[in-house]
Amino acid sequence: MSQLSVEPVEEPREPAPQGGRGIRRVLSPVRSARGIARILLWAGAAISVLFVVLAVFAPWIAPYRFDQYSAGGHPFPKQGAPDATHLFGTTVQSLDVASRVVFGARTALEVVVQSVVISLLVGVPLGLVSGYLGGWLDRSLVLVMDALFAFPSLLLAIVLSFLLSGLIGGTVTAAALSITVVYIPQYFRVVRNTTVSAKEATYVEAARAIGARPITVMRRYLFTNVVQSVPVIGTLNAADAILTLAALGFLGYGVQPTQAAEWGYDLQRAVADAGAGIWWTGLYPGLAIVLLVTGLTLAGEGLNETLNPTLRTRPLRRVLLPPLPATLAPRTHRDRP
Amino acid sequence: MAARSGSMRRYLLQRLALVVPMVWVLVTLVFLLMRVAPGDPVSAALGGRLSPAALAARRHAAGFDKPLVVQYGEYLRDVVTLNFGQTLTDNRPVREVLIDNGGATLTLTLAALIVAFAVGLPLGRRAGRHRDTPPDVGIRLFGIITYAAPVFFLGLILQLVFGVFLDWLPTSDQAGPVVQAEVPTRTHILLLDALLAGQWNSFVDVLRHLILPAVTLGLLLAGVLIRLVRVNLIQTLRSDYVEAARARGIRESDVVGRHAFRNALVPVVTVMGLQIALLLGGAVLTEETFNWPGIGSQLVNYLNERDYTAVQGIITVFAVAVVVVSLLIDVVSAVVDPRVRY
Repeated sequence: MSQLSVEPVEEPREPAPQGGRGIRRVLSPVRSARGIARILLWAGAAISVLFVVLAVFAPWIAPYRFDQYSAGGHPFPKQGAPDATHLFGTTVQSLDVASRVVFGARTALEVVVQSVVISLLVGVPLGLVSGYLGGWLDRSLVLVMDALFAFPSLLLAIVLSFLLSGLIGGTVTAAALSITVVYIPQYFRVVRNTTVSAKEATYVEAARAIGARPITVMRRYLFTNVVQSVPVIGTLNAADAILTLAALGFLGYGVQPTQAAEWGYDLQRAVADAGAGIWWTGLYPGLAIVLLVTGLTLAGEGLNETLNPTLRTRPLRRVLLPPLPATLAPRTHRDRP
Repeated sequence: MAARSGSMRRYLLQRLALVVPMVWVLVTLVFLLMRVAPGDPVSAALGGRLSPAALAARRHAAGFDKPLVVQYGEYLRDVVTLNFGQTLTDNRPVREVLIDNGGATLTLTLAALIVAFAVGLPLGRRAGRHRDTPPDVGIRLFGIITYAAPVFFLGLILQLVFGVFLDWLPTSDQAGPVVQAEVPTRTHILLLDALLAGQWNSFVDVLRHLILPAVTLGLLLAGVLIRLVRVNLIQTLRSDYVEAARARGIRESDVVGRHAFRNALVPVVTVMGLQIALLLGGAVLTEETFNWPGIGSQLVNYLNERDYTAVQGIITVFAVAVVVVSLLIDVVSAVVDPRVRY
């Protein structure tokens, strides 16, 4: 690591090694993943990709639109059990469950991408600046972020979407924004703590010695070194964001049902069905959540096991020692004169 | 001995000194969140139901016509004196809501913790001891799935299976209507009240109602616990003193059970203390799913009524509870483990 980090200092005029190389450096341990970690990583990635495909091609995959209650002049049955025309059955509003599950993937993906990107864009630079500059700015930011972090995250999201629903209505962006605030402190803490220890390193001192401005030090020298653990948090946060979105929807504070299909909202409607033994309205959206969150968590855990040196396992190799020469053979008690 | 108590006292003072700014930042955050919203809380909650003059009177009574700084000062004073204001919609003191419904939430969260530890500790221990074997992979998947399943989905499935299809357990409320009417209220904890009144049948009825919500919320925490115990046990099993114990020829089950497991639990207790936030959030959802009459379901009701003071009061209490519980956990782990104090 120190070898890689020192490199830019030796050739400061070279164009910054950004883009492809930076990403490759972050992802390089993935190629070296071994054993269970490798299986976890790939299984998680496969599930996540499946849902991305569902989300992107939803209009072509889903049999109907998410708010469609009739086809060809024939209304759909109300709470109809699964059959050939409605594979997953229909809801109390005569909507096709299968279509809503597929379109729900689109809503989930939109919210997750927006919330993770926004919290990255806010949390990482704040952590970098706060850790590098220190002083009262750092101290007050840490206090606020710690308070936000200690706050029950679901309650924070509920309160925010409660307020945002009054301001901009229950849109996808409103849901994403209320989830964002929950995750900013996590990126902030990790990046800030890494920055605090990294700024004492020799390569940063060297950069300062050649007259680099603080902004240059942060952008060119510290950035790629402090974002190492961000992919892990990002993946795990994406999983958590899905759950938070569903919880908001379940409590009636997420995306409004007329705007998009949302799994949490569907589950809320399904609680009333459960008493009558109607299982299909709740089972399928719920399974979609479980599967997607499991996929993202597996990917995150796999990444963590490959990137985190305290958990990493390496394949053991048998060590073969050459036979000892007779003069060096270990002496035993009997040999003692 | 003197040095030991000295370090303990120093640690306690430092930890206590951290609580005050933390609580202050949290309650300020709550206040700002609730007040940056445009419009005034009284007309949001009661608009359309009262005449403009009556609205203005209510606004004045609640102090919403004062400058924001004055309101902030009064709010802080209220928090210090543990007075969380009056709800706007049904005009009850928030403290009364907390007392009336707190017992149900307390019962649910404690029962869930028992379930979580009963499931999480043995499974996590097994997974950590036999790392990367089929049981480990199975247990980890179980842990991930229980964490990945939203509490309301897990609750729904349990309701369907045990409530509707098998018809073994009740799926909503804290007790049957007869029991709720018969048990005299003393501690506001129905389970305890039934026991105090000597009504054995009521006690069993409450217990039966408790099973599904407690399992639902408990499994959520069990998922987290399994992961924590597993990772900490793996790291502890690598340490030198474990190696030394093995070198002395101690059986592997004793090495894990006596030497490694207890030490691995210290960080687990600390991190589980932080999960109080997860527990409270999960409790809100569980109460909503099972129609459980706790603080969480009250919060959801007041949110739907757009009752700002009630929401503000309940959220403040949750925030303070989180800080206080994590303080208690830190103190306990400092008492148990001398390494924490230094």
